[in-house]
Amino acid sequence: MKIRQIVILMAIAIALIAASLWMGQQAYSWFPPQAAAESKLIDELFSFLVTLGTFIFLGVTGTLTYSVLFQRASKYDTSDGPPIEGNVTLEIVWTAIPILLVFWIASYSYNVYAQMAIQGPMEMVHLHMPMGMESANAAPMSQTKPVEKIEVLAKQWAWVFRYPDQDVTSTELHVPANQRVRLALQSEDVIHGFYIPAFRLKQDIIPNQTIDFEFTPIRIGKYRLTDSQYSGTYFATMQADVVVESPQDYNQWLAKVKTYHRVPAYNQAASEYFQTSETDKVFKTGYPTVAPAVPPLVNYSGKKESHS
Amino acid sequence: MTNIHVEDINIAREKPHHEPPAGWQQYFSFSTDHKVIGIQYLVTSFIFFLIGGIFAMVIRAELITPESDLVNRTVYNAMFTMHGTVMLFLWTFPSLVGLANYLVPLMIGARDMAFPRMNAVAFWMVPVVGILLMGSFFLPDGPAQAGWWSYPPVSLQNPTGHLINGQVLWLLSVAISGVSSIMGAVNFVTTIVRMRAPGMTFFRMPLFVWAVLSAQIIQLFGLPALTAGAVMLLFDLTVGTSFFDPAKGGNPIFFQHYFWFYSHPAVYVIILPVFGIFSEIFPVYARKPLFGYKVVAISSLLIAGVSALVWVHHMYASGTPGWMRIIFMLSTMCVSVPTGIKVFAWTATIWGGKLRLNTPMLFALGGLVMFVFAGITGIMLSSVPVDIHVNNTYFVVGHFHYVLYGTVTMGIYAAIYHWFPKMTGRMYYESLGKLHFFLAFIGTNLNFLPMHPLGLQGMLRRVSSYDPQYTFWNVIASIGGFLLGMSTLPFILNMIGSWMEGKKAPDNPWRAIGLEWLVSSPPPVENFEEIPVVISEPYGYGKSEPSC
Repeated sequence: MKIRQIVILMAIAIALIAASLWMGQQAYSWFPPQAAAESKLIDELFSFLVTLGTFIFLGVTGTLTYSVLFQRASKYDTSDGPPIEGNVTLEIVWTAIPILLVFWIASYSYNVYAQMAIQGPMEMVHLHMPMGMESANAAPMSQTKPVEKIEVLAKQWAWVFRYPDQDVTSTELHVPANQRVRLALQSEDVIHGFYIPAFRLKQDIIPNQTIDFEFTPIRIGKYRLTDSQYSGTYFATMQADVVVESPQDYNQWLAKVKTYHRVPAYNQAASEYFQTSETDKVFKTGYPTVAPAVPPLVNYSGKKESHS
Repeated sequence: MTNIHVEDINIAREKPHHEPPAGWQQYFSFSTDHKVIGIQYLVTSFIFFLIGGIFAMVIRAELITPESDLVNRTVYNAMFTMHGTVMLFLWTFPSLVGLANYLVPLMIGARDMAFPRMNAVAFWMVPVVGILLMGSFFLPDGPAQAGWWSYPPVSLQNPTGHLINGQVLWLLSVAISGVSSIMGAVNFVTTIVRMRAPGMTFFRMPLFVWAVLSAQIIQLFGLPALTAGAVMLLFDLTVGTSFFDPAKGGNPIFFQHYFWFYSHPAVYVIILPVFGIFSEIFPVYARKPLFGYKVVAISSLLIAGVSALVWVHHMYASGTPGWMRIIFMLSTMCVSVPTGIKVFAWTATIWGGKLRLNTPMLFALGGLVMFVFAGITGIMLSSVPVDIHVNNTYFVVGHFHYVLYGTVTMGIYAAIYHWFPKMTGRMYYESLGKLHFFLAFIGTNLNFLPMHPLGLQGMLRRVSSYDPQYTFWNVIASIGGFLLGMSTLPFILNMIGSWMEGKKAPDNPWRAIGLEWLVSSPPPVENFEEIPVVISEPYGYGKSEPSC
């Protein structure tokens, strides 16, 4: 009987572990493509958390389901269950194991964060912290020389990117693949958020501050930059394309665009704002809104027809 | 053998005076009876729950297609702002305060709260807050549209320049709501510390009382920060000070600290009483004592303590330095330890019991399962690198709706069904209750589970339009949302129908242990003819039949 119970428990544990590991592998498919070096680290960490979480979730809900299915009182049974008030060993175990798990998860997360080395505001402060000593881990991310610092200006509701060495402005962000990219984030009005889901990176942009931000794109393609901090009426329209291309293509693009004349870029918020009648809405009433900023003048706005 | 001995300790002359009850009219009067006030809170907050739910329906209807094609974007922004505000300040907070108001004096053997008049004043501020917020829909500027966080500078942008605008009314409402809650907190803490019946030592208190005590202590230390932040923002908006306005040299990040210093602990103010409800309900319907009573009691206080040190986890992506992100990651993860203790204790309580799956037990079990899920996604969110990706996405929205609907609202429903016979003297209709549970459970998961893949894909919260690749999960979520809307219908039918025509309830229909089950259903004014003397722990199931 005892051996039988142990065998059953072992079988359940193995099944739980297998299910959790399978779920952890599934987790990778829930994300957008891994377009930056940081994406891989975050997806691995998330997959680990999913594995652990699945094990706990199935363990608790499995126990509850067993009780609900097999430990119900029959209709006319008014008796009580056994008066068990606690078990010190069990309580110590289920306090100690979560504490250990917490430290495990925290130190794993910390390592990932240190490897990302994504900069951010007040870096002078954090350089004095022990995290600075971990910078050896950050080596894989910073092997290559960073490209010029691209200026990112956010305003209600447009993104403008400026390449200061070339004096090129664009409403599409072009970055070279496999190089450390440095950005200087600035906002003209309210707090905005710089977020590229395919890169798994996000940083709020605070007015009157310049925030340095770094990452390494690794996958050639076109991605979406979105405003991740609610910024008012046309918040949802504040998106831009991000083009990751080979360094040659990147330099060619810069050289080509430099020759373009600056024209006002298309701006979704402004076009909606100046739309006189709202024929596209079921309910037509609206409230007064902050007017969108003047659409930026840029060399390149992503719309090919405007330059050809 | 009875385990509760009743004795007259002759304090009748000290008891506060109440008008005799006058039928339904008493609920519209300035009554100082904690039971009347409790029901006033519950009914008022449920009405606002329905209003907040209608806002949610508008949001889900807009999001069923990628384009912004149902309402103007300003209206959409007002909808999610007011949805969040109403659901927090006018549903979860006041409904739980209502339950606590009704139950705490009964559970600790008191005739009323410590300050009955202050109790009534605190309640009557809730409709004032509601009227101010609803009234803002009729202003030319419309209601507040800056989200329930009201982060400056967005909340300071006043396109028309009117002095009276939705944002001003919003800030006034939050400040009044804060004052009301502080009054409530003073009252609850005093009542629990000072007014327990003889023999009701701290470690004989029901866990709901422990949870209310912990939650109200958080209110006392946290609310002043939020109220101060709201008042400073109000000054920035109306008289041109520059606490938070970066254009005038203010610092908008300070507001985020003020806001989250209270508003994260606020989540524990909401969830702790629900933990208390679970701790009351599982032993009754599993017919077993609560597993590890003392540890579960203390874990509530531990959660309250740690909750004061976790607020920056809302600001990982804001202007916070790296070292701060790491410290708050660790402190946030620590919350999972006392919370885990509770979850394991409930599971062990249910294990090996003699389960009765009445409506309250179904809601509590459903709430527990969804809370475990919410807790796991909570750990993921506390991890800085993961949060940097999913912060402000639908992953967060999914997580906190599993907390606030999946756990808190399910827990409130469980409590309403469980104590409905006590409050009204009538039994509810069991089959309608079960229908309500299944609609709510399926609706909650359909509505909020799809938000997790959406967030991982990068869909942001608060967007009024989105890229077409997110459509599929949004359609599922909207269907779930409408199902949740419908799930309130059997509940309303059940409550009104059974209150008017339900079968008469005995004093203790669930054979539950606790002082509230010793008095008649509904309890008399001032609860106890003679103050009882408590001689045993609160969860003696399986040891003896409870006394009735």
